[in-house]
Amino acid sequence: MPHDEKITQEIRRRIAHNKFRDHLFWIIGLFSTLIGFVVLFTLIIDLFVDGFPRLSWSFLTSYPSRFPEKAGILSAWVGTTLVMIVTAAAAVPLGIAAGVYLEEYSKKNWLTHLIEINMNNLAGIPSIIYGLLALGLFVYFLKLGESILTGGLTLGLLILPMVVIATRESIRAIPNSIREASYALGATKWQTIKDHILPYSISGILTGMIIGLSRAIGETAPIITVGALTFIAFLPSSPVTSTFPFFSFKWLFDPFTVMPIQMFNWISRPQKEFHVNAAAAGIILLLMTLVMNGFAIYLRYKFRKRIKW
Amino acid sequence: MKRKLSSKIKERAIEGILLLSALSSIFITLSIVFILFYEASGFFRDVSIWEFLTGTQWTPLFAQPKFGILPLVSGTLLVTGIAVLVALPVGLIVAVYLSEYAPFKIKEVAKPILELLAAVPTVVYGYFALLFLTPILRNFIPELSGFNALSPGIIMGIMIIPYVSSVSEDSMKAVPMQIREGSYAMGATKFQTAFKVVIPSAFSGIAAAFIIGISRAIGETMVVAIAAGMMPNLTLNPIEPIQTLTAYIVGVSLGDVPHGTLEYKTIFAAGITLFLMTLFLNILGFWFRRRIREVY
Repeated sequence: MPHDEKITQEIRRRIAHNKFRDHLFWIIGLFSTLIGFVVLFTLIIDLFVDGFPRLSWSFLTSYPSRFPEKAGILSAWVGTTLVMIVTAAAAVPLGIAAGVYLEEYSKKNWLTHLIEINMNNLAGIPSIIYGLLALGLFVYFLKLGESILTGGLTLGLLILPMVVIATRESIRAIPNSIREASYALGATKWQTIKDHILPYSISGILTGMIIGLSRAIGETAPIITVGALTFIAFLPSSPVTSTFPFFSFKWLFDPFTVMPIQMFNWISRPQKEFHVNAAAAGIILLLMTLVMNGFAIYLRYKFRKRIKW
Repeated sequence: MKRKLSSKIKERAIEGILLLSALSSIFITLSIVFILFYEASGFFRDVSIWEFLTGTQWTPLFAQPKFGILPLVSGTLLVTGIAVLVALPVGLIVAVYLSEYAPFKIKEVAKPILELLAAVPTVVYGYFALLFLTPILRNFIPELSGFNALSPGIIMGIMIIPYVSSVSEDSMKAVPMQIREGSYAMGATKFQTAFKVVIPSAFSGIAAAFIIGISRAIGETMVVAIAAGMMPNLTLNPIEPIQTLTAYIVGVSLGDVPHGTLEYKTIFAAGITLFLMTLFLNILGFWFRRRIREVY
């Protein structure tokens, strides 16, 4: 019957149409996912083409200068390293402690609820607001000045939520039977945490810490706000001294600059030669973050495979 | 007995220390609110709130200063709008693809790469927007100025794709398999299932993902500070130079601002505007995330 055939044809046409759309989306989806990959790739190539010829030993060991070909990033990478030490020292113990409290001790009450909401909210506050907080709190109220200590604490506050979230997630993955076994042997709560919970979750915490620090390394805005200088032609005082007690914390109060600020400074100059320096600094900065992230991804992958409860 | 007592005290002390650490986050929020309000209140003693909210010129450093925040807000919204036009559709498509279509192997490779996209320092993206994308765009739009809102907007959009895609994907993964199977049993294709069944079921999570993306774009600083210019400009024209709230704060901080001057207080006035905008979005996002939990 011609009428039935018409309907069959119509159905076939619709199925073909739907299947076509399905396949089309397969391609669009793959293409969209590739956009990220392509941009990342182009960005790295662009930086290398612009900046690679400028990379040399003297670039790493020179101070910034008015002459682009003599300028280097010595004060910037030393500053970044020292600031990161302060950041880690501030955020990691505090973040782990807060995470342990929320997972192991806290009862389900309004206070816990408030802390949790607040932690989520902190993670959503723009980084430059942390810069304003630090300017008001650390620089002017606590009078820490525009110092390495201020910079490190600022970034520490910024990555605190990340450390807390990583700690909580990896503690949550530990089954209750482990805790019960420990209590059954007469261990106290703190002994259980110190001898079992923390050692078993350390890989996850470490991953979170590295990702947090890799974000802190690239943060520019809050550090500009607290008044890091863009032109620093000297190093902070050495943490190791020749006289007793052989170490000093004077460096904490020295002015500083960091890698992203040095790069920003070079980008904002009109001369092309400085842009080359910016690209070279960008390569090093990008390598630092990519290596840290790669390491974190590797750690996560490795431990996910190994631990089976 | 003595040992037991001392260990009990130790346990309590440790719990107290841990509680204090957890409370530190509340202390941080309170200090942010206090400092922003305190410093901005000094600003509003000299400038009326009405002038601040309705003035169309922002020239705090001129001899005849004008303190209308609208040009900075319009700059922020313009760049955010461009970023959102890029990030939301692409982020959603990536999420659908990764959650519904992609084979395991592609997922294993694609997700870490997307994460790296979010890890690149923003100052590097700024370099890329100013010295790579803007010159390319100028080939197509000759009247594009060297500093403009378009180029950093696009780059920012790409930068926040991972935030949008990962949260949307998580919420799509949380949709129970039976719902999809029901759809397949009716003869629907993957495409139909994804767009007519999975996306509506995961709506709250996707909305939360979009809000996170928008909030990131509003607070992003370095890309716009580098590539959008430093010109407060009440316009919605993407090819003109503009200034965002965040870029203004950076611009003033780069100079030497004496503590307590009106100029010093302006950055807190801009900061509190920014803070309230993102706070509103965070609360909205929180409300959507809570709805996800209610559904399943």
